Amino acid sequence: MTKEPVKLLDDEGLTFLTCMQCGTCTGSCPSGRYTSLNTRRIVLSARRNKDVYHDKDLWMCTTCYQCQERCPRGINIVDGILALRTESVHMGLMLPDHRKVAGLVIEKGHAVPINDTNRDKRKKLGMDELPETVHKYPDALDQVKKLLIATGFVQLVKDTEGKEKEGGQ
Amino acid sequence: MKPVSLFLGCIIPNRYPGIEKATKLVLDGLGIDWTDLAGASCCPAPGVFRSFDKVTWLTLAARNIVLSEQMNRDVLTICNGCFGSLTDANHELKHDQGLARQVNKHLAEVDMKYNGSVEVRHIIEFLSKEIGPGTIKETIKHQLDLKVALHYGCHLIKPSKERDLGTVENPVFFDELVEALGAQSIDYEDKMACCGAGGGVRSALLDTSLEMAEAKLQHIAEAGVDCIVNACPFCHLQLDFGQVEIKDKFGHEYNIPVLHYSQLLAIAMGHSPEEVGVDLNFITDAQFIDRLRG
Ligand code: SF4
Ligand code: SF4
Repeated sequence: MTKEPVKLLDDEGLTFLTCMQCGTCTGSCPSGRYTSLNTRRIVLSARRNKDVYHDKDLWMCTTCYQCQERCPRGINIVDGILALRTESVHMGLMLPDHRKVAGLVIEKGHAVPINDTNRDKRKKLGMDELPETVHKYPDALDQVKKLLIATGFVQLVKDTEGKEKEGGQ
Repeated sequence: MKPVSLFLGCIIPNRYPGIEKATKLVLDGLGIDWTDLAGASCCPAPGVFRSFDKVTWLTLAARNIVLSEQMNRDVLTICNGCFGSLTDANHELKHDQGLARQVNKHLAEVDMKYNGSVEVRHIIEFLSKEIGPGTIKETIKHQLDLKVALHYGCHLIKPSKERDLGTVENPVFFDELVEALGAQSIDYEDKMACCGAGGGVRSALLDTSLEMAEAKLQHIAEAGVDCIVNACPFCHLQLDFGQVEIKDKFGHEYNIPVLHYSQLLAIAMGHSPEEVGVDLNFITDAQFIDRLRG
């Protein structure tokens, strides 16, 4: 089922094959200064069809787009990283903290939901305790929940449970 | 100028409501035709959702955009993450009919349809293009004598192929809006560098994320400014609450106040710092707050 990286990127119109390994991406990367993330190497691995899906470095990218803006070959590096991440998630690999964020959106419609401290802050500012979002409108939240079931997202998140060890993450 | 609906996202209403209030005061003060985007959800968060499943990301984003289409208003965001997610999703859906069909199949379940009839805006580029620094300068009540370290944040300007905002290496449109308030935008090393929060890094790899934030804070501290001004509540959280986390984890103290541009502008328009929640930040400085008063 899993697509090889070259095919996956090709299908998305995001080929990495024109990369000349100049290293501009790696040199521009704010994350690579503190982590093992080496953008040039990810591009190389992907175009050699190596298994980048299990590479934990994929998740160290802040999606700042600096590499993509500067790549002399105009490669859409970040769009490619996002596509590789997606394939990885569909293989069942999702970091536990990311699963928590996904769970919050599934349950509350917000990745960062309201809490008591911030209800108080809102009151102190003379605002309604709840914002004009799904927090205030249960019908709107129902729509979000329905959509997340319809797209298969709820099932996708479920399928990743307990898979971290297998993924070496 | 097309009327707008105000998209709040998650972090502003639920962590920094002062930014929400400031934005509404500013929009009223400038006579902009706006309304709440009632019933909106998470944009959804681009770093994680866009990484998980493209159609899910597009479907939730499309639902938020459709709510605005139903009012024939452009979507106005106050967060780089919301702007990135919604503007990139809008762009993809307008240009890829296959994806739009898939999304509309799902939206039909809740009796909605994406038409691609509105634009997604960010408050900074909106103010810059639709109002302009000159008008803002004439509108404000008092000048702010401050040295400011500006943080554009990544997704306001990048990816540039889906924005029409000029250079990503050396942009000036945000600096001009800050200088319109009498403040001085101070250059600092690696000014355009990322705060380290995005892409799901802050949520899953906090220490790494904070190391990137600290690199920024160090450069900002070296430049000797009064405060940081940003365009995004996630950068705001990373640079404000992040200072508390950096102190706890690494033992380094910075104490640099952080404001969203909406707050700075509201204050220059005559509102008090407390009215727009500057005192509800994690880093607070009574002396600095007093300097903001007109
Ligand atoms: S900047 Fe572009 S061409 Fe250079 S190594 Fe990175 S991906 Fe390859
Ligand atoms: S987008 Fe990701 S890989 Fe590219 S420079 Fe930024 S953090 Fe590095």
